[in-house]
Amino acid sequence: MQTIEILGNNDTRSGFGAGLLEAGKQNNNIVALCADLTGSLKMDGFKKEFPNRFYQMGIAEANMMGVAAGLATGGKIPFTGTFANFSTGRVYDQIRQSIAYSGKNVKICASHAGVTLGEDGATHQILEDLGLMKMLPGMVVINPCDYNQTKAATIAIANHDGPCYLRFGRPKVAIFTKPDQVFEIGKAVTIYEGTDVSIFCTGHLVWKSIQAAQALAEKGISAEVINIHTIKPLDDQAILNSARKTKCVVTAEEHMINGGLGDSICQLLARNLPTPVEMVGVNDTFGESGTPDQLMAKYHLDVVDVVAAVEKAMTRK
Amino acid sequence: MSSVTEIQPNKMSTANELTQIASQVRRDIVRMVHAVQSGHPGGSLGCADYLTALYFHIMDHHPNAFSMAGKNEDVFVLSNGHISPVFYSVLARSGYFPINELNTFRKLNSRLQGHPTTHEGLPGVRIASGSLGQGLSVAVGLALAKKADNDTHIVYVNTGDGELQEGQNWEAIMYAGHHGLDNIIASVDYNKQQIDGGVVEIMGFDTLRSKFEAFKWTVLEMDGNNMQDILDTNIKAKALQGKGQPIVILMKTEMGAGVDFMMGSHEWHGIPPNDDQLAKALAQLPETLGDY
Repeated sequence: MQTIEILGNNDTRSGFGAGLLEAGKQNNNIVALCADLTGSLKMDGFKKEFPNRFYQMGIAEANMMGVAAGLATGGKIPFTGTFANFSTGRVYDQIRQSIAYSGKNVKICASHAGVTLGEDGATHQILEDLGLMKMLPGMVVINPCDYNQTKAATIAIANHDGPCYLRFGRPKVAIFTKPDQVFEIGKAVTIYEGTDVSIFCTGHLVWKSIQAAQALAEKGISAEVINIHTIKPLDDQAILNSARKTKCVVTAEEHMINGGLGDSICQLLARNLPTPVEMVGVNDTFGESGTPDQLMAKYHLDVVDVVAAVEKAMTRK
Repeated sequence: MSSVTEIQPNKMSTANELTQIASQVRRDIVRMVHAVQSGHPGGSLGCADYLTALYFHIMDHHPNAFSMAGKNEDVFVLSNGHISPVFYSVLARSGYFPINELNTFRKLNSRLQGHPTTHEGLPGVRIASGSLGQGLSVAVGLALAKKADNDTHIVYVNTGDGELQEGQNWEAIMYAGHHGLDNIIASVDYNKQQIDGGVVEIMGFDTLRSKFEAFKWTVLEMDGNNMQDILDTNIKAKALQGKGQPIVILMKTEMGAGVDFMMGSHEWHGIPPNDDQLAKALAQLPETLGDY
């Protein structure tokens, strides 16, 4: 089995910060708004380089979304930055009416998603954001897997005309995608080709799924691992082609099972290619305080959970 | 009537001529809500004078060449989207889209949705509104874009008074005051009525002036149903542009203004007139520009 080289270790939010700075250099219309979390969102680089294009919005996320809609109306490309919880659930109606329904070119950039936010606990650990955002007509929803991919995704959404939701996280995780990659919105990335099972994964679960595939290989199971960085629009063909080949599926995400990536994949398969599916995700519960590693283990989002899901899915073929 | 039809947007018009246009706008409003037996006549009638003045005299804008960004022109944001009938009437009458399209208000496949939207591509609308409390924030964003582009035109925005119960308004008011966004002229439709009754009884603010002043806004007051006062007050408001503070006009209006049996009560907030009531209303409103 091919080894995946680890290029480093960093948080995906730093990839966002680097991507925002790069995108800002490419396009003078890009502006950034932050609700009192500039350091946490790694937006300091953009703020320092482009002080006149950075808007400190204070702890007022609803206003931030409306102001972003107004800036977009005036021809700017606004990137909003705050935690995922405050980027979605807290401001859902503002996004729905002033951004999504109004078709505004706003990039909603959301850090500290999922349980890997850690010790702050469930108030901040949103696990529903992908579902909330994917339900909005016209909204692009992206959850990249590492620093390099988050940087590339940030640059890519700047060049996409329309509202986007970009989700990333707090902890330092392995960097294993290329630094010079071109990010194609809606295009799945095959990491391992396999024949026994398809693992469709997103965000922090991509690295977990790679490790799971390596463990499965030692047991003689050939797992196909496909990184679905774009939850919407979904790469239907990549998913159907893989499921047709392997005949069983595992989905893996740091998100509620209800409304997440697995939910989208189940809809696709049920309509087009009924296939056994096992889902790795959070099952209708809130998170809690703990270290990211402890929480990923407790909420069954770890390598062993992907392995177990694969073994169960294979018995259902 | 002939003198009125010669009035073009942005040309000098007398208060009397604008009042005559407003009469036609009021006819449009009651006919639109009567035709589909739904919509919001009360607030629409109350704001008819101010929106007529904005679109036919005060704003520097380009009805025949609508652009979403609105660069190098004044723009208007309607935060209280339920008064869409008056908004649609002044947009059509000032040239943004064909007047006979008012016929499609609230009907299937129309660009004139119950509440205004950009979704169907109606010229003149720059943001969806209806869910209350969001327009001031959008206006702040537009004002920031104009500042960034060195565009010295003004962002006008109208909110309801009951609408100020929505907390997001105060986030926007705080932001605009803190940053001295002196290219915003907001207006509050101060009719003191909301769906369930009087604003003062429901969750009132009898100190609206001091609240805005505390957030570093310059506050003007006007009678929103007196055309001469509207014109005079807006000359003062424009003169305050660039003076370091956002401007708000507390606009006293009468809900239902112009139709005697609709005036002074919250009960006509969202109720359409029946056939007899329509006839009574139209009898009070001279047809000055021709019905659609």
